[in-house]
Amino acid sequence: MDVVWEHREAIALAFAYTVLLFLIAGVGSTILGTLLAGMRVGPIPVLRWAGAGYVTLVRNTPLVIVIIFFRYAAPKIDLKFNFIDVVIPTGAGDIRLNNIFAACTVGLTMYTAAFVCEALRSGINAVPLGQAEAARAVGMPFGGVMRHVVLPQAFRASIPPLANVQIALIKNTTVAGALGVAEAFVRMRGLINIDATARIPIFIAFAAIFVVLVEIISFAAHRLERRVRVA
Amino acid sequence: MRRMKLGMTAVAVLLAGSLVACGEAGEDDDGGGGTGVEGAEPLTVEAESDCDGKFEEGSRMAELAEAGEIAIGNRVDQPGLGQQDTPDSVPEGFDIDMAKLLIADLCIDPESDAVNWTEAVSEQREQFLEDGTVDLVAASYSITDERRELVGQAGPYLLTGQQVLVPIDSEVESIADLEGEEVCAAEGSTSLENIELEGAVGVPAATYGQCAEDVVNGTVPAMSTDGSILRGLAQQYEGEVKVVGPEFSEERIGIGYSPDAPEMCEWINGVITEAYDSGDWEQAFQYHLGTEDEDAPEPPALDECQA
Repeated sequence: MDVVWEHREAIALAFAYTVLLFLIAGVGSTILGTLLAGMRVGPIPVLRWAGAGYVTLVRNTPLVIVIIFFRYAAPKIDLKFNFIDVVIPTGAGDIRLNNIFAACTVGLTMYTAAFVCEALRSGINAVPLGQAEAARAVGMPFGGVMRHVVLPQAFRASIPPLANVQIALIKNTTVAGALGVAEAFVRMRGLINIDATARIPIFIAFAAIFVVLVEIISFAAHRLERRVRVA
Repeated sequence: MRRMKLGMTAVAVLLAGSLVACGEAGEDDDGGGGTGVEGAEPLTVEAESDCDGKFEEGSRMAELAEAGEIAIGNRVDQPGLGQQDTPDSVPEGFDIDMAKLLIADLCIDPESDAVNWTEAVSEQREQFLEDGTVDLVAASYSITDERRELVGQAGPYLLTGQQVLVPIDSEVESIADLEGEEVCAAEGSTSLENIELEGAVGVPAATYGQCAEDVVNGTVPAMSTDGSILRGLAQQYEGEVKVVGPEFSEERIGIGYSPDAPEMCEWINGVITEAYDSGDWEQAFQYHLGTEDEDAPEPPALDECQA
């Protein structure tokens, strides 16, 4: 366990990357996923097809290929993220949100959005048709029906699957580790390389921190579920 | 059905895009020749024919010679040291030649299917030796005290140091110029650790090929690992990248063996010493790692076997 304690600052920095990847991709995928769900249930055929096409394309592609596309194929067609360069100084070293971080975040966001869209669509399907019809009857346009009537109920119904998607996302951030972001998984492999005699304590420590992070998300989801429950 | 077809086409386009990237990273345009001195002859290793009574009864070497099969842990992505193009082919490189000499000494044909070449990435190597997945590790395996607590390491048969690979038009002259800049290396490797010790920001990648791709397309300003690997990569991307700077670390590369078979150490040292004396070591070095400007260095002195 000594080696874990000795490198606690580096480990904290690594988990900061993990959490940042999760937060940015989490918020981004929720917004993009909601738009996609809106497109898929909306009245305009072109947008419906586009939404369905996106989900089919991205959901059927392994995450690592989606990220590799943004990391190695995109720069070849001059789609680069070099304009992103944010440095957050911390006591343990800088957190650098650079072109590599951006490419990985975009990949994670686009991939997760497809799953958010489908989780949300299941929630939309759970809203009784009469709700939307009643909203239309009082003269609301499609946007108003979605914003004020359907989506609030749909989000409530889809909190458990949405939490599932976000928990999968925080674990998926380890894929970014193999593609250039120095997040937790990379630090774990590095520590094992430094001191292979301590690999079991190192492994347990990292697994335990992941369990804590996932528990925080499920706790938050649980509280949210209780809070918005219909009495 | 139409929707599905559309999706599949799009997936194919996406895949093709990423495959282009991978294809170029793994391209080998020197037509099967070595990565070292031009025109150098590859080392051919022939299996010994008579192993009856050659090894002490009950030793691991006797068991392996008797079984006629051996599993080797090697690298597949380090040009010059250990590179394997397809999983079924026999890998190539300096590490591989050392392993072949050991295999041949057990009366096993190193080119045959009796040898099971297994990719062993950095953090798998100790485990593979402990649980018996492989019998020997020849995978740019640097000798450290921590590792010797877990497994046996004989050698060193090669001394290398870490250098820097940068785009051809870069003004970077050594690792000191890269303080606070991103530098790529394989995740879980000692190279990545050394980069951070020198004050640069380590960027992890799954393979060194990916790092080289990042350097070529300008995603990172440099990558760093053993000079021998970098020179191999510089040949693949000729005209696009260059190797610069003095060596800023020293790695002692050795052969890993099972902790349960300490008798293997003397045998490994014996075979390596024989290769030193016969000139096989120098020939393999020139073919895989040599440069036109310099002669092959003196082979490094081997560590004494721990009792």
